[in-house]
Amino acid sequence: MIRRLLTLAVLTTASAFAQQISLTGAGSTFAYPLYSSWASQYHTLHPNVEVNYQSIGSGGGIRQLIAGTVDFGATDGPMTDKELAEAQQKRGTAILHFPTALGADVPSYNIPGVSAELKFTPAALAGIYLGHITKWNDPEIQKANPGIKLPAANIVVIHRSDGSGTTYCWVDYLSKVSPDWKNKVGVGTSVNWPVGLGGKGNEGVSGLIRRIPNSIGYIELIYSIQNHILYGEVENSSGKFIKADLNTVTFAAAGASKTMPADFRVSITNPASAQAYPISTYTWLLIPEKMSDKTKGAALKAFLHWGLTDGQKYAAPLAYAPLPNVVVQRELQQMKKLQY
Amino acid sequence: MANAALSTPGIPMQPRGLEKKQTWLERLRKGDEVVHLITLSGAWSIIVITGLLVQHLWVYSAIARHTFGWRFLFTSTWDPVNGLFGAWPFVYGTIVTSILALVIAIPIGLGTAIFLAELAPRKISDALTFLVELLAAVPSVIYGLVGIFLLIPILTTAMPYFQKVFGWLPIFSGTFYGVSYFSAAVILAIMVVPFIVSISREVLLAVPVSQREAMMALGATKWDVTWRAVVPYARQGIMGSIFLALARALGETMAVTMVIGNVAQVSTSLLAPGYTIAAVIANEFTEATGDLYLHALIELGLVLFAVTMIINALARLLMLTMRGHEVTG
Repeated sequence: MIRRLLTLAVLTTASAFAQQISLTGAGSTFAYPLYSSWASQYHTLHPNVEVNYQSIGSGGGIRQLIAGTVDFGATDGPMTDKELAEAQQKRGTAILHFPTALGADVPSYNIPGVSAELKFTPAALAGIYLGHITKWNDPEIQKANPGIKLPAANIVVIHRSDGSGTTYCWVDYLSKVSPDWKNKVGVGTSVNWPVGLGGKGNEGVSGLIRRIPNSIGYIELIYSIQNHILYGEVENSSGKFIKADLNTVTFAAAGASKTMPADFRVSITNPASAQAYPISTYTWLLIPEKMSDKTKGAALKAFLHWGLTDGQKYAAPLAYAPLPNVVVQRELQQMKKLQY
Repeated sequence: MANAALSTPGIPMQPRGLEKKQTWLERLRKGDEVVHLITLSGAWSIIVITGLLVQHLWVYSAIARHTFGWRFLFTSTWDPVNGLFGAWPFVYGTIVTSILALVIAIPIGLGTAIFLAELAPRKISDALTFLVELLAAVPSVIYGLVGIFLLIPILTTAMPYFQKVFGWLPIFSGTFYGVSYFSAAVILAIMVVPFIVSISREVLLAVPVSQREAMMALGATKWDVTWRAVVPYARQGIMGSIFLALARALGETMAVTMVIGNVAQVSTSLLAPGYTIAAVIANEFTEATGDLYLHALIELGLVLFAVTMIINALARLLMLTMRGHEVTG
């Protein structure tokens, strides 16, 4: 601590005459702990740069970025073509997506008498959330869990009530594994749920799961790790049951990197990789290609570069899965597009 | 009647004619005009704020209003993915929870107020009033937590027995998950009781002694005095406290969203999960992308405003008709 303070003091004096630069960003609440950690670490290294990040939600972040009230945005679901066109028209610049870390959704449940880790097939999850599978001892669930005696109780489905990237990831996965879901419900940060109760935030969902017997819900991997919440394994596209952890989530990104489009707007749910956990997602920083203030631009660029390289080591302690190296290399290439 | 009771023989009024005509500047210097201007601007600001509010809600809901028209109010699908928005489940949930909350809160609140004002010894009354006012200052998220950790477990335990007796009634049928219209209404009732109590008590205490004495002189019992002389006299103030409670219940967001279940459906059963206008706005506004979605949420705000106005107007109408039937004391 003292050493850090000393370093800070030295750095502060050294750059006392350097210009103070303040970068403001807004968006994703999911990535807030990571970005605020980055901001404080980066400020220690470069005292003249201050990064202010407001976690107002991905939708809000995109709106603020389009309106030009922030320097960068952050989102858990990529911007749509329409939003990109709107930004181009209003701000006169393209917006580039840069994945910064990975998260995942896990199925959590509360079945009295069952303390084992359940295995879920994609068909089981889609069936439960569509309301087709209504009992815990349904053959689709039972066949994946041969050793476990599941009750004939009704399943209580729980989802997020607030719009969120967590929901986006979950329904994006469901619509990839179930054509029925894709046609009937679709993908978004909030959807028209066929069944279930809504809880506000991860804490709301996990609270309902705890309180209601025979319930199932989806929560962020980070939240379940930090709160030691039991969650199940999910079968991936190679037919293997995978438990979500930081490694299997990074594998998902690596698996999807071969087919990653040039603008990085890609969903990595259900990737073609035998080791990957299938309900994983990127979280992105949204960076304008052009900026009128070049000094600010240079600082933003340096911050982004630092985050993608040195900053990655701060991801795992906060339970974010770090980016695979192939993806980082491609992003550093992409950074050359920034015109400042 | 009120005037007769309140008029006090005292300060003689200065005859008007003796006052010298003052210039505007003189009045300004004396302070009258300053006070007038300050209070006037205060009053105007209310009108301006309300006007701006409505204007903003109106302008920023234009796309949704044009797309759906009146259908917005009466359809029940809320599908952000496909851009279909209907407000009925939210309107229904808002009205049901607020009215039910008042049904629970009015007897409790009024009873407490009467006890504190009429029956309790002064010391106990003051101490309890302090507690009640403390309750009014508790943030709503705390009430939400109380709902989740205290109320819902209690309701979940008690409900099977309750349903054995009353389960045949449609309003108490179906599976109870803990989160429901009923849970939300109970939490709302707890939240609004302090408003009813503290205002009603003040109003009851302000009833002139002559009212009570007149009633007693007619040989009335203590309860008769309270119920037939004091409460009717204070009726307007009590109704005022109920309006305030209603407004609070209609607009409450955080505590409700934590216990109502957040499901956009319309159910006859009070034990089913539902949704309210304020809750859905708070839940979905931050992540809403796309103009139609955003405008639909803002239109919900407009609808909430209208619902509040209409319910308040109805309540006032009710009060007027009640007064019409009343024989003035």
